[in-house]
Amino acid sequence: MTSLLAERRGASLRDSADGLRRDLQLVAEMIPPGSRVLDIGCGDGALLAFLWRHKDVDGRGIELSQGGVNACVSRGLSVIQGDADRDLDAYPKGAFDLVVLSQTLQATREPRRVVENLVRIARRAIVSFPNFGFWRIRLRLLAKGRMPVSGLLPHAWYDTPNIHLCTIRDFVALCAEIGAKVEHGLALDQRGQSFSLDPQGTLANLLAEQAIFVLRGSEPS
Amino acid sequence: MSVLTSPRPPRQWDPNWPGRRLFVNEPLRLDCGTLFGPFTIAYQTYGRLNPERSNAILVCHALSGDQYAADPHPLTGKPGWWSTVVGAGGVLDTERYFVICANVLGGCMGTTGPGDIDPSSGEPFALNFPVITIGDMVRAQKRLIDHLDIPSLFCVIGGSMGGMQVLEWAANYPDCVFAAVPIAAAARHSAQNIAFNEVGRQAIIADPDWCGGRYFLYDRQPSRGLAVARMAAHITYLSEAALHRKFGRNLQDRNAVTYGFDADFQVESYLRHQGSTFVDRFDANSYLYITRAMDYFDLAAEHGGSLARAFAGTKTRYCLISFTSDWLFPTAESRAIVHALNAVAANVSFVEIETDGGHDSFLLHEPEFFKTLRGFLLGCAEHRGLPRFWR
Repeated sequence: MTSLLAERRGASLRDSADGLRRDLQLVAEMIPPGSRVLDIGCGDGALLAFLWRHKDVDGRGIELSQGGVNACVSRGLSVIQGDADRDLDAYPKGAFDLVVLSQTLQATREPRRVVENLVRIARRAIVSFPNFGFWRIRLRLLAKGRMPVSGLLPHAWYDTPNIHLCTIRDFVALCAEIGAKVEHGLALDQRGQSFSLDPQGTLANLLAEQAIFVLRGSEPS
Repeated sequence: MSVLTSPRPPRQWDPNWPGRRLFVNEPLRLDCGTLFGPFTIAYQTYGRLNPERSNAILVCHALSGDQYAADPHPLTGKPGWWSTVVGAGGVLDTERYFVICANVLGGCMGTTGPGDIDPSSGEPFALNFPVITIGDMVRAQKRLIDHLDIPSLFCVIGGSMGGMQVLEWAANYPDCVFAAVPIAAAARHSAQNIAFNEVGRQAIIADPDWCGGRYFLYDRQPSRGLAVARMAAHITYLSEAALHRKFGRNLQDRNAVTYGFDADFQVESYLRHQGSTFVDRFDANSYLYITRAMDYFDLAAEHGGSLARAFAGTKTRYCLISFTSDWLFPTAESRAIVHALNAVAANVSFVEIETDGGHDSFLLHEPEFFKTLRGFLLGCAEHRGLPRFWR
């Protein structure tokens, strides 16, 4: 599972021209210069390195794969080997300005507890995930009766790390349930181009292949 | 190979040994309450201190180590215990960093220990040596660093008991430690580890040649006890997989078992060799005192029961490293430290290296380990503004 996750982060989305994946570019644009950022599932540290170079960000990372952690630490980034399920509890309330969970929520064991932790440990949480409500996915299940496989979800059902898939609606409902306020959202196609749609609306849930949401979190106590 | 025929082990400084010694006049208040001193610290350095005095790395050695991290051991002639890491162009690059390694308080390679003469009696201290702690070792090292006029160490690094010293350094002198690298370490000694240490100590104490710790007076050495202690401990430094890979059930210089208690198996022969070579270079009373210091180590207890409190407000950059097959200081111990550091939002990296080398992996050739360590130090050097070459 370790290597699968690393692969997924590295390969499934096409790299943009300047080397940073398009969805990570969108995330980077949302991060104010000089903030304290925790990137969960930081892969080889591409986003953290970008933020350090261009935005003077005090960045930390959590990554599951030894290869990813080594790559990060070897380039001078502060990254711990761990995962969102196990390693968020220790952080104090409001420890970060921003926490980023990019394309990882669906691979956690307890997504609800993870999202609760995200809004607890940071003032803002940026969460991106593949939308299982995307029409092609719905159609594939309906027409073929097989578990959908797509560019963003490339694994067969028996070897997928993505054990908790959700639709945009599911995610928005979870946020409401735990009292996390959605500040902002983007509905995206596979390449990370955004639709000018209400990200919480029915159309977005049908047309978007992935989504990025910004949740309001906690101030330091 | 017998463990009985070994020469007298060293217990006092030999002027022919390489390295330097610092005589510390001002006594040290030990954790046990004793005011101890004057005392001596034997140390070795590699590389040169830069004009800004900002490139010093303190290497803390483990239970059976000493200050000879990177040059041949004066008693055994074997390469330094960390010569794979410390050296020109190495991970701890002596072209760039000034590397210091000191024999711990209670040791037997030149720093004052139970084998040295107690000025009050004119005899070796033996059991009159005060019980020391990891904190005492570190406070003694601090005297050396002050003497060398280094206001802030670039890095304090060490494995096993060395890692305990790193944690103690970072917790007690946070402004003096820019980066801290505890390897295969723990914030406290586990019950299992205390138990193993006790087996070793009892093996020494049960040796009739130990003579209540006053073996010097009778020109005897508890070599058998110390060898058994080392053999038992050495098993804990390896892993089942590594033992199987190296030895399996292979027989030693024979085709069949002998139906006796000779070293039929290669693994027995190997352990006997480990035991017999250890007594050539180590002092039994030092072994008692240093294992005791490890047992007493509990960093959280020193800070009101909260490990996070030990690190509160720290600016030090941490890198913790553990090894998958280390069952003596397992990854969970390092992760507990990481969580405590996270609780105070410290700057921390943590990596678990996959290897079957067991606890001793930090002494072995482990390319992934070296790569991580090198990268972390280069990143820290960049953050500190250390020039790549300063000469």
